[in-house]
Amino acid sequence: MALPLASVNYDLSHLRALEAESIHIIREVAAEFERPCMLFSGGKDSVVMLHLAKKAFFPARIPFPVMHIDTGENFDEVYEFRDQVVDELGLSLEVASVQAAIDDGRVVEEGGPKASRNRLQTTVLVDALEQHRYDAAFGGARRDEEKARAKERVYSFRDEFSQWDPKNQRPELWNLYNGRIKQGEHIRVFPISNWTELDIWQYVGEENIALPGLYYAHDREVFERDGMLMAVSQYVTVLDDEEVFTEKVRFRTLGDASCTGCVESGADTIDKVIEEVAGTRQTERGATRADDRVSEAAMEDRKKEGYF
Amino acid sequence: MEILRMATAGSVDDGKSTLIGRLLYDSKSIFEDQMEAVEATSKQMGSEYTNLALLTDGLRAEREQGITIDVAYRYFSTPKRKFIIGDTPGHVQYTRNMVTGASTADVALILVDARNGVVEQSKRHAFLASLLRVPHIVVCINKMDLVDFSEKAYEKIRDEFSAFASRLDVADITFIPVSALEGDNVVERSPNTPWYDGASLLHHLEEMHISSDRNMIDARFPVQYVIRPMSNDHHDYRGYAGQVDGGIMRPGDDVVVLPSGFTSRVKAIEIDGEQLDEAYPPMSVIVRLEDNIDVSRGDMICRPNNQPEVGQDIDAMVCWMSETSALEPRRKLALKHTTRSVRAMVKDLQYRLDINTLSRDEDAAALSLNEIGRVTLRTTQPLFYDEYRRNRGTGSFILIDEATNATVGAGMIIGPSSS
Repeated sequence: MALPLASVNYDLSHLRALEAESIHIIREVAAEFERPCMLFSGGKDSVVMLHLAKKAFFPARIPFPVMHIDTGENFDEVYEFRDQVVDELGLSLEVASVQAAIDDGRVVEEGGPKASRNRLQTTVLVDALEQHRYDAAFGGARRDEEKARAKERVYSFRDEFSQWDPKNQRPELWNLYNGRIKQGEHIRVFPISNWTELDIWQYVGEENIALPGLYYAHDREVFERDGMLMAVSQYVTVLDDEEVFTEKVRFRTLGDASCTGCVESGADTIDKVIEEVAGTRQTERGATRADDRVSEAAMEDRKKEGYF
Repeated sequence: MEILRMATAGSVDDGKSTLIGRLLYDSKSIFEDQMEAVEATSKQMGSEYTNLALLTDGLRAEREQGITIDVAYRYFSTPKRKFIIGDTPGHVQYTRNMVTGASTADVALILVDARNGVVEQSKRHAFLASLLRVPHIVVCINKMDLVDFSEKAYEKIRDEFSAFASRLDVADITFIPVSALEGDNVVERSPNTPWYDGASLLHHLEEMHISSDRNMIDARFPVQYVIRPMSNDHHDYRGYAGQVDGGIMRPGDDVVVLPSGFTSRVKAIEIDGEQLDEAYPPMSVIVRLEDNIDVSRGDMICRPNNQPEVGQDIDAMVCWMSETSALEPRRKLALKHTTRSVRAMVKDLQYRLDINTLSRDEDAAALSLNEIGRVTLRTTQPLFYDEYRRNRGTGSFILIDEATNATVGAGMIIGPSSS
């Protein structure tokens, strides 16, 4: 049956369509799960996700807590920003600490000057989900970030070991999500799966969303390692043959100070950042994340173990 | 800028991944570090040319076997549109992935190898696209470089495909001769096909009219979540959150709530405190009503003079997706339709459809993995539904195995049960 033509006025922009999809997913989880939580790091993707959650329920408060898997090696500005946002929204924040897990001997830290706590987050995350009996955990992963993530469902089923089985995922049809789980299992939910890095930035601009200042160009002491610019901080050891210099840089992703690089940039406003991202020729992970460079399948392997 | 969602389908070697790689590469959506990784892997695997298929074949298992095992999503944009590609493998056993990708697609992109002509797989994909009511189909006749860009070869396939498609319910079908490997007619029109006067693939995708594919007539608002702030500022606030599934809703509209049948009027439509003049698919909003009536998740708000079917006995086409069990009469399943979860019993399997010949087997006793049939269901509670061909949102459901919690079936509603 042919339906009558819709007026041109009823086109929905790509950002509004993405927003509508994400809000639908967030509400669906709030309605169907008993103990959801939202992972929040203060990075741009989780900030956008939290903003969408606020919009989904306003004027009511967000009906679930947020949790930060904290390596203890993030930038100070990010911690301050995280606390401020959580405070403004009146949310309860749970911090699951990698440092505490190291102190307890639950995980063992890598050695050497290039050590990173990135991989240790998996154990801490899985333990925290179990401890709080969360049955759904929202994550800000996007499918355009990486090849293994391109195959991830919006509702990503995890067994009692938190494992992701890419060959045995639930088919996901229309906007009908299957959130049925047994005791001990949980679902990782990725409401911004269909957003790209550029969509995120355009939305940050359109909605005027506050982000940590590290995302905008500023002067910083850096050194070059493995083709990336790394910031000098208490969490990295500068090797003898590495030269420290000051550069105008910004961060495209905010992971640990120990494994997150920055890029040379003059983009100190949202409009300039959007312009820069639109024209960039490197993926954000390829350019600035040492953790994804270990091998072609680095992300696939970490995801199977229960990583974000 | 609108979003265009595409589902791609093709047989194992007809160059689907290469075509997507080409679209991404030529539209400059491939980043340098991705390209370097692909070049290195191509070399390592002994390939003579840079294998663009590696851009999309992500998992280790796929690279090793040279196949695609699941739906993968790709993104690119041009100044005109943002594109989301649901890339599904062409294996016989993966019908369920094609159905999954097609369920949200505006366009189905079907590849045919110019040397092999229309094979069973191509017909199957066209049928599934029509079953899932994908509004537009684009048939890419690929590997034209291997048949010397022959117009005859193109026409033979086009005519054969058209003849088959005329037996299906397909609204819009377009044929494009391409070479994914060489890039002919993918982004730019090719000088090698002077006889072809249509658009390049990308241009066609950018210009295709899709906003009229939504149902803007039948107002449907499945209530997803009830917003009750419980704060002093909003003491009596009660809002119904959901995503519009059809029609246009405005403040002042007379409405009826199903299943209660209570009537009221829309007091406000809002999001994040912002008051809206209207809401339409696929917007997620909050609807507030003039009267304080009992409304909860799973209810449906619609217009008194335009209501969906209400019933517990429905006929539907079902695609079965379970590897471990079959759909058989008497079987009980969980069913999710809009925001409503109920239980359902299979009353009857009317026929199983042979998706290669479209013939009906009325003696079939069960549907197994990747089989499709017409099924009569009885639900524990009424559903508020429309015919799938009229509304993909209120006409679709999923079936869930209550023992394993796996999603085992995709259903497209035909109407009230005929038996």
